[in-house]
Amino acid sequence: MANEVVDHGRRRFLTATTAVVGGVGVVAAVVPFIKSWEPSARAKSAGAPVTVDISKIESGQKVTYPWRGLPVFVVNRTKEQLDALPSQDARLVDAKSDAGSAEQQPKYAQNENRSIKPEWLVLVGLCTHLGCVPDFVPVMKPEPFDPEWKGGFYCPCHKSRYDMSGRVYQGVPAPKNLLVPPYNFVDDTHIQIGVDPKEAG
Amino acid sequence: MTKRPSLMKKTISSLALAFGLLAGSTSVMAQEEGNLPSAGTNIRDQASLQRGAKLFFNYCVGCHSLKYVRYSRMAEDLGLSEDEVMNNLNFTGAKFGDVVISHMPEDSAQQFFGKAPPDLSLEVRAKTADWVYGYLNSFYVDPTRPVGWNNTVFPNASMPFPLWELQGVQTAVKKEGSDEVEKLELSQPGKLTPAQYQQATRDLTNFLEYASEPAALQRQRYGIWVLLFLAGFTFLAYLLKKEYWKDVH
Amino acid sequence: MANVFTRIGDWVNERAPGLMPMYRKHMTEYYAPKNFNLWYYFGSLAIVVLVNQIVTGIFLTMNYKTSAAEAFNSVEYIMRDVEWGWLIRYMHSTGASLFFVVVFMHMFRGLMYGSYQKPRELVWLLGMLIFLVLMAEAFMGYVLPWGNMSFWGAKVIISLFGTVPVIGGTLVEWIMGDYLPADATLNRFFALHVIALPLVLLLLVVLHLAALHEVGSNNPDGVDIKHGPKGNRWDPNKPADGIPFHPYYTVKDLFGVGFFLVIAAFIIFFAPTFGGWFLEHDNFIPANNLVTPTHIKPSWYFTPFYAILRMIPSFFGTAFWGVLGMFGAIALLFLLPWIDAGKVRSIRYRGTGFKVALMAFAGSFIGLALVGAGVVGEKLVEWVPSDATFWENTFGRVMTFIYFGFFVFLWCYTHLGWEKTKPVPERVVFDHD
Repeated sequence: MANEVVDHGRRRFLTATTAVVGGVGVVAAVVPFIKSWEPSARAKSAGAPVTVDISKIESGQKVTYPWRGLPVFVVNRTKEQLDALPSQDARLVDAKSDAGSAEQQPKYAQNENRSIKPEWLVLVGLCTHLGCVPDFVPVMKPEPFDPEWKGGFYCPCHKSRYDMSGRVYQGVPAPKNLLVPPYNFVDDTHIQIGVDPKEAG
Repeated sequence: MTKRPSLMKKTISSLALAFGLLAGSTSVMAQEEGNLPSAGTNIRDQASLQRGAKLFFNYCVGCHSLKYVRYSRMAEDLGLSEDEVMNNLNFTGAKFGDVVISHMPEDSAQQFFGKAPPDLSLEVRAKTADWVYGYLNSFYVDPTRPVGWNNTVFPNASMPFPLWELQGVQTAVKKEGSDEVEKLELSQPGKLTPAQYQQATRDLTNFLEYASEPAALQRQRYGIWVLLFLAGFTFLAYLLKKEYWKDVH
Repeated sequence: MANVFTRIGDWVNERAPGLMPMYRKHMTEYYAPKNFNLWYYFGSLAIVVLVNQIVTGIFLTMNYKTSAAEAFNSVEYIMRDVEWGWLIRYMHSTGASLFFVVVFMHMFRGLMYGSYQKPRELVWLLGMLIFLVLMAEAFMGYVLPWGNMSFWGAKVIISLFGTVPVIGGTLVEWIMGDYLPADATLNRFFALHVIALPLVLLLLVVLHLAALHEVGSNNPDGVDIKHGPKGNRWDPNKPADGIPFHPYYTVKDLFGVGFFLVIAAFIIFFAPTFGGWFLEHDNFIPANNLVTPTHIKPSWYFTPFYAILRMIPSFFGTAFWGVLGMFGAIALLFLLPWIDAGKVRSIRYRGTGFKVALMAFAGSFIGLALVGAGVVGEKLVEWVPSDATFWENTFGRVMTFIYFGFFVFLWCYTHLGWEKTKPVPERVVFDHD
């Protein structure tokens, strides 16, 4: 016991190395547990792309389809509604969808109409404020919530308003335009929700 | 200080022996129904899995489901594209992410065979690969059975033998003055030679073995790295222990 | 950075002044004998396995469905559809079996070195309670996948209670909540397996450790280091043969844990069913109340006790004796501190009679395990086809006799003064290069 010399450097080095390697091991062991919370194969299968028939949707009408359990609005906009869109630009938060709402639609829908074909609007019908389903209020007439209403979506939860392209108005709680999901036209009467056009081709 | 002959080591070795005996005895269990030949499967043989899948979807899926196996997962693990699976293996119009359900409605199956054909998702885990392989090679004609076929591995099975056109027809040679089957003889050759047929059933068994535990592919792949890492860690911990225990006299 | 930690430490200390002394009492100032050998790894390994069971168990409940209709499917869902679900499930199922490996070794260590003797009776009793709760926990967990072995295992084990005189039949129905193991049974077993028994288990483990640290650890020499000379390099008033648990045994146990994990990982990744011993073939078939599996037997860790049950024939028209024998085999272990009145603790200094008896006892335990698992029966069918059952019963009964004989012998051997012990050294024997 008398004449021993403890090599503190070696001891510190081994302690640190073992701790680091052990730490890496613990982190690696935690990964599977975290990943087990990801959507399972069953959830992914249930959330697979859906193809819907839009031939029965009249002009000015909206139909809701479930995709991944989310309500997806498909709206056949009238010419009148489309023509009214530019007039709203000044009252919107991000009319060009290239600022705060740049990620709210695929590149191919980043235009005035926020769509592939002008008349066909496809949106995830969830308010970007707190996720309520907005009402579809297509008629252009003065509304209690907006005397200059040109048609669009109105969220009953906290009074957020969107225009006929799902673009959010200024002065409402919602921060961003409604989300446009990936979709493509399989043919003139069918769209596939969940797949971008080039992938599908 | 005295070195003691370690009682502990002796005990451990005897325990290890007992453990070995336990593990060894499972092979005894598996072979109970006659001496089963070895299936010789290898789930990492992707070509064999693909051939097995093709056989399954041509001959088995008419009656048997794989209700825990998804087409999409199968495609990924077998190295097949979505189109290959959807065009060549999926005949029911199921979606790519769906599980494999047989064509046959359950009640009509009940009517035909007296009992619904079992789901085969876990067949190999429940019966072992050797059993399934042996079963597929042991059908013989037996006019006394309702479906005309019997099986030496699973006597009085209620299943007809859909692979007969591949294997041909086997007949039972009975023991003298007894009803016991001594051996099976090929009385009418099929499309395949006996060797080819054995390979085909090996592939089919292999596919069912994969189907019974798709995760086996993953665990074997990751396992080696986990073991290497843990061995390294243990070595470090050993050095650390040695270092600290220099203090103890 | 270090400064921040010191300040946080001070802040906590001011508000919970009892924490640091507690840490010191159980870690840096818990003086454990320095001569622990391999057998002393199993205590810390049991804690590692316990933590593993709790963590993986919590994650399994996230996808498991507690209903007779869905349980089996949900387990396969975990195995196939949940990301990494297979790993979590195999960690849990392998952990269950390794728990018993570790606990059996831990208990055998206690037998060898007299760790149950005065003053550690309470430690032993709490440990035995842990063992008992662990068996209940394992049994109920085994039922949850609702495979055919789960179902029939549940049926057979619950039926044991039916042999209790008078109330047996009512008791069985009460346990199942139905006339066969069913949805109600599965649900209550789930509640017990996931909430009730783990809580009890954790409490018992804390008490087991608290009781141990009160009296101090035994060691392979059975020498009481507290009564030996004082003064070591860390503290002049502490036992000369003691070393602080931290860092010496923490680093040593870390090595033990690493080694253990290598073995556990090998099983998890390369042999998760362990040839049908850890996960049985028949449990990959969904529960079927009309077809009993051909090879019905309990999980390997119950086989010794199950064999005792099978080997004791019924008398006076009741099978209660077998059940009594099975529970008696466990109850006797509780009484060990009073059955053994040996003057020394460690097998190193005990009489030859004890050594032989203990080996015979361990042998009978393994022998009974092989009988219970049906291994002996199968071998005998090969060797003596016509009299297999007779020889299996003979072998099993001899093993049962040895198992119980051990306790009788030990009582006589020590209470009647037959044992001739060797002198126990004053200090622990410590081999160091």
